[in-house]
Amino acid sequence: MVRSITSMSRSGLMDWLVQRVSAVVLASYALFMFGYLLFNADLTYEQWSGLFSGLVFKIYTLAMLLALAGHIWVGMWTIATDYLKPTGIRFVFLSVIALANFSYFVIGVTAVWGV
Amino acid sequence: MHKKKEITAVKNNRPVDNGLATFRMPIAAIASITHRITGVALLVAVGFLMWALSTSLESQAGFDQVQNVLTHWFAKFIAWGIASFIVYHFIAGIKHLLMDAGYFETKETGPLAAKGVFALSAVGILLVGVWIW
Repeated sequence: MVRSITSMSRSGLMDWLVQRVSAVVLASYALFMFGYLLFNADLTYEQWSGLFSGLVFKIYTLAMLLALAGHIWVGMWTIATDYLKPTGIRFVFLSVIALANFSYFVIGVTAVWGV
Repeated sequence: MHKKKEITAVKNNRPVDNGLATFRMPIAAIASITHRITGVALLVAVGFLMWALSTSLESQAGFDQVQNVLTHWFAKFIAWGIASFIVYHFIAGIKHLLMDAGYFETKETGPLAAKGVFALSAVGILLVGVWIW
């Protein structure tokens, strides 16, 4: 049985679920941020850092970052396997994606860690 | 079948060219490929968002810097672009979840949902533009 080794969970069904659960987390976070920025037009640094210093919001943000990393990988893997047929090109493309994805995650975690 | 063979007298069981390149993409397919394109665009956009997040939380100076950058028309344009991709990807994503649940899968309701996604996104993108400027 041929199995893909680059799909996130090595199971199409699991990838499918990851994409949807992460989507719901990301959607709720995006909605919250749009609302927050909309209703705090004259936002100050104290307010902004205060939001991220709370434990609950920190957990929410870390969950969002985790969801983002999973969502990016499943989405980009799907697109790469659909459109990039030569293995070498796909490997390079997905390697760049993985590097960017991991960097985003580290930058995001670092940003909220010390606040 | 736009290319009826003139040489039917020779052989009538030859493969028929249906002119695949001339088929128009159905609106649901356009909605789907746009979802993918905005997804790839958002991958790049997240780089900007991560910069804004980390710089704005770093210090008062960083926060001011992000706010300053966002007063420039080009930065506003980029921000509007990113927000637009999020709006579309969000709404098309909800359509995706609804389709997972078995809705909008028929020949009648599918294109309808795709049109709805485009209409709602257009309104959202316009509103976000008004908000940014």
